[in-house]
Amino acid sequence: MTEPDGEGPDPVFNDYEREVPLPIGDGETISEREFLGEDTVPEGGESTSTGGILRQMGRVFVENKLAVVSVGVIVFMVLFCFVGPHLYTTNQTNSQLVLQDSSANLPPGHGNPLGTDGNGFDMLGRLMFGGQASLIVGFASALVATVFGTLYGAISGFFGNWLDSILMRVVDVFLSIPVLFLLIALVTIYHQSEVLLIVVIAFVSWLIPARLIRGETLSLRNREYVQAVRVMGGSRSRIIGRHIIPNSIGTIVVFATFQVADSILLLAALGFVGLGVPAPQTDWGTMLSNGVDAAGNGYWWQIYPTGICIVLVVVAFNYVGDALRDSLEVRLQQR
Amino acid sequence: MTRFLVRRFAQALIVIVGVILITFFLARLIPGGEAKAVLGAKSTTAGINRFNRLNGLDQPLYVQFWQYIEGIFAHLNLGYSYKYNQGVRQVIGERLPKTLTLVGASVLIALVIAIPLGILQVVRRNKPIDYVVTGGSFFFYAMPDFLFGTLLIIWFAFDLHWFPVSPPSDASAWAVFTDPRAFVLPVVTLAATTIASFSRYMRSSMMDAMAEDYIRTARAKGAGNHRVLYGHALRNALIPLLTLLGLSLPAIVSGALIVETVFNYPGMGLLTVQSAFNDDIPTVLGTTLVITVATVIGSLLADILYAVADPRIRLGGE
Repeated sequence: MTEPDGEGPDPVFNDYEREVPLPIGDGETISEREFLGEDTVPEGGESTSTGGILRQMGRVFVENKLAVVSVGVIVFMVLFCFVGPHLYTTNQTNSQLVLQDSSANLPPGHGNPLGTDGNGFDMLGRLMFGGQASLIVGFASALVATVFGTLYGAISGFFGNWLDSILMRVVDVFLSIPVLFLLIALVTIYHQSEVLLIVVIAFVSWLIPARLIRGETLSLRNREYVQAVRVMGGSRSRIIGRHIIPNSIGTIVVFATFQVADSILLLAALGFVGLGVPAPQTDWGTMLSNGVDAAGNGYWWQIYPTGICIVLVVVAFNYVGDALRDSLEVRLQQR
Repeated sequence: MTRFLVRRFAQALIVIVGVILITFFLARLIPGGEAKAVLGAKSTTAGINRFNRLNGLDQPLYVQFWQYIEGIFAHLNLGYSYKYNQGVRQVIGERLPKTLTLVGASVLIALVIAIPLGILQVVRRNKPIDYVVTGGSFFFYAMPDFLFGTLLIIWFAFDLHWFPVSPPSDASAWAVFTDPRAFVLPVVTLAATTIASFSRYMRSSMMDAMAEDYIRTARAKGAGNHRVLYGHALRNALIPLLTLLGLSLPAIVSGALIVETVFNYPGMGLLTVQSAFNDDIPTVLGTTLVITVATVIGSLLADILYAVADPRIRLGGE
């Protein structure tokens, strides 16, 4: 099996998800995929366990030093945001109280390692506090988008024919709307709360997994073991749920990793234009935008640490996604 | 080629109708209804009923949709902004050309820089310059545009005073030619990410072209390095870049929204953000619809260029 864009651009960019189609239309991409799909049967249909695929991928993954470092960065950031506040307690919600203890816009120094922001909140504590929202929304919306997109793509690819055409045209339509415009329209109509932000970001992000899994399904549904289940009278939902989705798990995991990075970026962009997580919560994008308002005063500590956090996490997730994809390809080659 | 174009036009039309459907339903799915969103939380039932009757919202859904489509195509009616107290089309007015200028200038600059960069990397592949450019494009690819724009403002507007923070708000779209200095930072910000991905793509598509049989044929015929590179490989490598351009347009336009917000550039993106703050739903939906149609037309143009440029499509039936 090869990727649809196997000879396309450098893999390190997310072009995996961009699925640059053959010039003539997506129909051709698929037939090529089917054509290239090997007819080798993985060891015994249902027994191709999820753990097996993931464990094999894991073995290749750990050989990639950069990816291991990236995992370390992600683990560190998660600990920093969620365990950090217990070790380094700061007031991050009551802006009246906080001004009694310190003043606004203090440069880094004693008591405030990274200074304070325009409301007098300690910046180091605020990074943890805002990071919680960024990471939660990033993970959760990537999860929702992946689950929905996977089901959508599997159904579309499995049933094919007119249903497939309609479902894929819907994806085309959503993909041609510039994502931030759609996102802002949704946020305007459904007022922001953290949960709604998760739903709304997932709503604009399920399209790529839908396409990827559809492609995967198209090649999987003609495999002999799927036909065997059909002959034995296995239901359609059983084929999709027990065979097609578990066998696409590698693709799904790779996409989900990239999507976490994208979701964090989308939330940061929303926060930056002022439509992020509502107060008293905050997120990295909102913090950055507040810092920018004071940029003319030279309050660098309100901008650089936040920017570095966003870039670090996003780059780390992208590297992990790349390494996972590489290990997936190696696994496929070994098969 | 005709078949390709007809099919591509049909695709674009389906997408546009689909987007109209989406904005139509989003307006109908406002929690509490459109009337309440306009009249306020304290509106009376009688007031809401009257609003619905006046705006045809008491009609069956398919009638409403027909009226919506008719309004858009026959009268260019995109809805009414109660916040600005004028039609959404009037509100958008001069802003669409401004966004188009920003996006157009950035794409042009991105192509002008990315193509030579890609070629340079192929000519000097696995040499230091190749690694430097690769590293640079990774950096810009990972850099969120809002952060990059902010840093540019801090460094080049606040610290060095080389460029103004934002173009004057009354400047027309043509000011990009008369007063280009003010457009440098926004255009550079928007172009940076695009250059990063385009040059990577250019590099790999050049590499692919160099591995093709026709290159070997050209070499066998005695063509020199220069001729092989620019006469054969480059012309073939440019074709997929056009596809990428068409596919990247929605993302670039999305980036324009951020850039407009960072630099306070009064285009469609800034209008959308400001309207979101005002809870001005008709304007947000109107700008989304208009910018999407513009994007779809842009992608269509890129694909037409593609069809013209690629003899396999220009001469072949399909």
